[in-house]
Formats: sequence, C-alpha cells, structure tokens
Amino acid sequence: MSTTDLSGHEDIEVDATLNGKPLRRRVKARQHLADFLRQELELTGTHLGCEHGICGACTVLIDGRTARGCLTLAAQISGKSVETIEGLTENGMLADLQKEFIERNAAQCGFCSSGMLLTAHELLLSGETLSRADIREAMSGNMCRCTGYHAIIDAVEAVMTTRGRR
Amino acid sequence: MKSRSFRYIRPASLAHAYQVLADANGDAVPIAGGQSLLAGLNMRLSAPKLLVDIGDLRELMHHSHVGDVVRLGALTRHGDLLRSELVRKHLPLLTQAAPHIGHIAIRNRGTLGGSLAYADPAAELPACAVALGATLVLGSCAGEREVKAEDFFKGLFETDLRPGELIVAVKFPVVENGTAAGFAELSRRHGDFAMVGLAAIVDMQRDRIDGARLVYFGCVDRAKVAHAVSAAVVGLRPPLAMSAALESAISQDLAPDDTPDMRADTKVHLAKVLTRRVLGGLAARAAA
Repeated sequence: MSTTDLSGHEDIEVDATLNGKPLRRRVKARQHLADFLRQELELTGTHLGCEHGICGACTVLIDGRTARGCLTLAAQISGKSVETIEGLTENGMLADLQKEFIERNAAQCGFCSSGMLLTAHELLLSGETLSRADIREAMSGNMCRCTGYHAIIDAVEAVMTTRGRR
Repeated sequence: MKSRSFRYIRPASLAHAYQVLADANGDAVPIAGGQSLLAGLNMRLSAPKLLVDIGDLRELMHHSHVGDVVRLGALTRHGDLLRSELVRKHLPLLTQAAPHIGHIAIRNRGTLGGSLAYADPAAELPACAVALGATLVLGSCAGEREVKAEDFFKGLFETDLRPGELIVAVKFPVVENGTAAGFAELSRRHGDFAMVGLAAIVDMQRDRIDGARLVYFGCVDRAKVAHAVSAAVVGLRPPLAMSAALESAISQDLAPDDTPDMRADTKVHLAKVLTRRVLGGLAARAAA
C-alpha cells in the first residue's frame, strides 16, 4: 500500500475545464483563481478590485454558478468547470447583454463590467420574470465605482424582457 | 492582499481528512467554501501552514429527514438552503435567513459548517442554529460526538471545536405545527454584515405565545439565547405589542459595549426596533 499523503504541497497539480477546454497546470497553493487566470494564463478580462470578496470584479463561473475569483484558490478548481468573460464572449452566451450594456452606456470605465455581465448572466439563466427590485438585489454584490448602476439595471431588465419575448 | 504561503491537500475521504488534521497537530485549517477564510488569508489576518480542502467530500453532503430530525451535511451551501424544499417545509427560519448571507456568488460557495465553525458574531447561521435548538455532529480520528449549538459557541470567533475536529453535519429538530419562525436584520447595505439581527422561534399555540427562543446577533459576542427576552414574550397575544418589561429585558440580555462603529445605546435601540418588527410579522401571520 502506498503511503498516504498527510502533509500536502505548496505546488498543486490542477486538472480542470476552462472555457470548455481541458486545463492541466501546476499552481502555487496560495495563488487565488483570479491571479492564476490573469498572471499565468493571461486571461485579463477577470479583474481584481478588493481581493477580499466585496467588489465582485473578479466574478467567474464555477460549474455554472458565479463565484469570487479572489475567494477561490486555483487549486480548488480541480475536477470543476470554470468559465470566464473570455469564454462566454467567444461562445456568444453574453452577446445580447453586451450589446445592451454598450447601447445604454452601462459600461463606463469598464472595470466592473465583466463581473456585472457574469452576475447578470447567472441571474437571467433561470428565465424567471424579475422585478426591478429583484434585479437590484441580485446585482448588489457587484460594485461600480463610476456609480452607473441605473444604466446597468436598465440593461439587465431590457435583456430579460427581450429574452422573455423570444 | 495576497496570502502567505501554505501547503494544500485535498483528502480523498473523510477518514483521510481526519488523519491529515490529526497529523498536523493544530497547524492545519479545513477549507470548504472559503468565503470567510480566504478573505482573512488575503488580508493576512491568519497564516495557517496547511489548508485541508474538505469541499468535495461526499460524506459531508448528505441530507436526511428521519422522524422529527432534519440532518444537513456540513457542506450544505447557503444557496442550497434557499432552494431546498426540505428546508422550506421543515426549517423555514433558514429559508428566511439565507438571502441575508452575503451575495449570490458568496452563497454559491459558502457552507453551513463553515459558517458555524467560523463563529462570526455577526453571522446569521450560528444564531439560527441556536434558535432552532440544533445539535452539531463533530468528527475526528477519535470518532464522532454531538454538541448542542448553544454550548458550541464559546465567544468571539471561539467554538467548542477541538484540534483535529470537523463539523460533519447539523441536526435540526423539525419545526412543529404552531411554531413560527421570524427573522430580521439591519445592515448598512444589503449583503453586508449585520449591525443587529434577530432569529426567533416562537410557539404560538392557541393564539398565545407559549414558549420562545430569541437569538440576537451582530450586537453580542456570540450566538446565545436571549433568556430574559424569550421569557418576557411568553403569554403575549396578538398584536404582540412591545412593552416596558420587554424593552428592559432586551437591555438586560444584550448589555452591549460601545464599539468604534456604534454606541451601545444605538445597538439596544436597533434591537428593540427589530424585536418589534419580528413580533409584528409573527402577529400578522397568526391573524392571516
């Protein structure tokens, strides 16, 4: 029988799916997912604001649900599927949201936009009809320091209505 | 905002996790959702040598409903509490509390066991566990033991967990007919930590409160039953109005200190406001 590992390692082998493609890499145990995406894989669409879970700029999808990239270790994604703004832009899942954000000037400096888009994406997947208050509450974990909140909520509401008609 | 170096291990089974924790002699910290732990590590509030990732252990995910006990695995995520029919039907207090825990992305990752083990005095779930009279199942190499939620929380971020021990599951007594749940929280922004919160389980047989367990959070050092307030509401009938006796019981149970962000008398005032709102809500439902 092989000796069971009891002490762990500072370098961890990660075996996951990233934006639909297999990913195998060695990562530092201490590196969080957002740093891993940005620094090792040069996927810089995931932004970093506060790095303690408050601002939502680093939002990614893990197994289809939003997660904070700064509050997830890269080592934790083994066996899971991660999607970022790059993957969801390429596969067109965000196209209508992105178009509406642009038309309504809901992306001002753009720093919060990738997080906002992923949060809105998860919110609208259920297909439920939501009130404006529901949308505001669901988006409240993402901060926009340009304070362009009304335009962002308008855009999400408009996409919800358009998708509902289809 | 980068954590110190640490080693990481993802045990293959619960038994393996127990072995790792025992071998580490107190230098290891379990990580599940990591929504409080990793924020603390990034801010270098703590620097454990080894993180033991228990986030994928099936043994910690089981839910069951046997007799009058609902058992939820430690890895039950806050979002699961919101979506679970079992919880909605038998533990409505948790369904009411869950939307107040952080934001959606946090609720997708954070776990029941993690919240209880972290024992933040401003957290919702420790208060709910105490109000519901829950029992925690703790496991280690030495086997399992059970501790009542009200004995588990020892102080500020301090619990009865021993080195090498994990929360395996939480056993909740099913809320009986005639028992009502009330929950309210005041925070600066939605999803932010509670300034003051209240979780209440009230036995409302025959249009009169026969028994109650009220637990305040955010304004006290740990989740505990507010005994004076719980006794003071017994015998009340709708509209469950506030009284001088009830207000003095609140001051007696909380006895908060001034903190840099809020004066003690403000905390007591907010606790009175929340108590009135929760009782008002219960009275409205009793009348419906």
